[in-house]
Amino acid sequence: MTVAAEPTRTHAAHPPPAPAPKRHPWQRVARLGLPYLLLLPAVLFELLVHVVPMLVGIFMSFKQLTQFFIRNWSAAPFAGLANYRFALDFDGVVGQKLLHSFEVTCGFTVLTVGVSWLVGTGAAVLMQDPFRGRGVLRTYFLVPYALPAYTAAITWEFMFQRDNGLINRLLVDDLHLFKEPPFWLLGPNSFWALVVTAVWRTWPFAFLVVTAGLQNIPGELYEAAALDGAGVWRRLRSVTLPQLRPVNQVLVLVLFLWNFNDFNTPYVLFGNVAPPQANLISLQIYDTSFHSWNFGSGSAMSVLLLLFLLLLTTAYLLVTNRRGKADG
Amino acid sequence: MADRIAAPPRRSPMAPPPSFLWTRRIGLTLLGLLTFVPLYVLSSSLKPLRDVQAPFEWIPAHLTLRPYVDMWSTVPLGHYFLNSLVVCSCSTAVSVVVAILAAYAVSRHQFPGRNLFSLTVLSTQMFPGILFLLPLFLIYVNIGTATGVQLSGSRLGLVITYLTFTLPFSIWMLVGYFDSIPRELDEAARVDGNGPIGALVRVILPAAVPGIVTVAVYSFMTAWGEVLFASVMTTDATRTLAVGLRNYASQNDVYWNQIMAASLVISVPVVAAFLLLQRYLVAGLTAGSIK
Repeated sequence: MTVAAEPTRTHAAHPPPAPAPKRHPWQRVARLGLPYLLLLPAVLFELLVHVVPMLVGIFMSFKQLTQFFIRNWSAAPFAGLANYRFALDFDGVVGQKLLHSFEVTCGFTVLTVGVSWLVGTGAAVLMQDPFRGRGVLRTYFLVPYALPAYTAAITWEFMFQRDNGLINRLLVDDLHLFKEPPFWLLGPNSFWALVVTAVWRTWPFAFLVVTAGLQNIPGELYEAAALDGAGVWRRLRSVTLPQLRPVNQVLVLVLFLWNFNDFNTPYVLFGNVAPPQANLISLQIYDTSFHSWNFGSGSAMSVLLLLFLLLLTTAYLLVTNRRGKADG
Repeated sequence: MADRIAAPPRRSPMAPPPSFLWTRRIGLTLLGLLTFVPLYVLSSSLKPLRDVQAPFEWIPAHLTLRPYVDMWSTVPLGHYFLNSLVVCSCSTAVSVVVAILAAYAVSRHQFPGRNLFSLTVLSTQMFPGILFLLPLFLIYVNIGTATGVQLSGSRLGLVITYLTFTLPFSIWMLVGYFDSIPRELDEAARVDGNGPIGALVRVILPAAVPGIVTVAVYSFMTAWGEVLFASVMTTDATRTLAVGLRNYASQNDVYWNQIMAASLVISVPVVAAFLLLQRYLVAGLTAGSIK
């Protein structure tokens, strides 16, 4: 194939695409440089929005950066590892809050990803075989995912109002599950309000991806399983789930990262200060930086969060890849 | 084909049992209700304020369109709308154009540094936005003090910060999309006398239109729903919808009916675009995520 392609590659020329004249040495240079030229804008923007800010962030995390130094932060005194020590000192005020928000975030993420995956996969499997109205229903299920993050969260905030909200109307007046209408946006219940809102927004994505994954499973596998006398459940366990493994590997990782880093949902749901029970780690860092004006601590927390995510993702990819290979 | 025709008698063991059909009916009904409930609450946008402040009623007692009229004057919603539109369109446009060039390079050329670039793009996608927010904020403040150019609080500043999430996503998706276009097409274009850029413009771009549309719509949607950067990087003049909706809460009242009306108006175009294009979106998202 490469041999056949060789003659065509030689007249790589710049536009206008007139039939290329004889190859000049500079054209070879241009061809070698072309990929870099194409990449140049992307590299510049990557430097601007990712690489430089990340380096600055790491630099800042070693500085004693309070509101007095914001105008001229490079003049802030060096703090050494003090920011990290405070963040990791779980008996101190800063560290205690960070640890707590980390625990809340872990619980929230595991619950949200687990439930969203279950519901999304369940819906996708139920809708695997054609039936009347399937296309319409599939589109309809995507609505929560298509909504802007804050309109979804603000709608749930409205529904979770204690006195006049829909949720308490359903649970207290219609179903009589509670005697007194509970507060949903304050206290321990706020965690569940957050999970419900996040799951509502997340499961359609799981549904979307799993549905696409199901379409790639060859029908012959099901026919063979059916001929062997496998029922619905057996087919799900022995054909569908194993075939979905590569899809799930990516899906779970993406869902995990989204929810772990989620800021929009709790920020809109609870306003500037979230109840401690629903204070995700992004909010904690935001609060430390923009309300306590302690950018040094905020940066140190960001760096710690980044390290945690890097370690976890790498471990996850190593484990799932090895398991995938072992199963062959 | 012959297999297909012979299939019906064989399909009988495949037919789902009644228990499955009932599970399906019940399950899908429950999910349908779950999806529906918040949409129904938008009927609150058709109630006068005092009804919204009373215990929730399924059917509005006094139907009114006032909230849809008042919402434009209670807060400068039109202004927020314009800000969101400008910022989201600009960051989408920039990231799509930049990503097309970069994705073409990564998908069709071998060069030293290719893997490093891909890895950087891929890994920045997993980083939390807060990680870039703090340094970008301080960099903007510093640029402001040094040169007098106010990036923090300006639309341009917000466009740049939005690139932190639209750009890596666009590059990643488009590489997957370009990879799925057969190389024979470029080679044919080369034989016809096109250079590499000619091949990109004449062959790859037309073939990748669904992918490019996907990426554009998706970037726009993500930017449209973004709260974190908007809450720090805007001033009263450059407020986007995401933050502006907050202003419906005054000291005495929260104008919930107007918030609901505004949310509906803000969401409908985005949701409609998503649903209309969902076929392409699904194909694009899975091409990116399964590879």
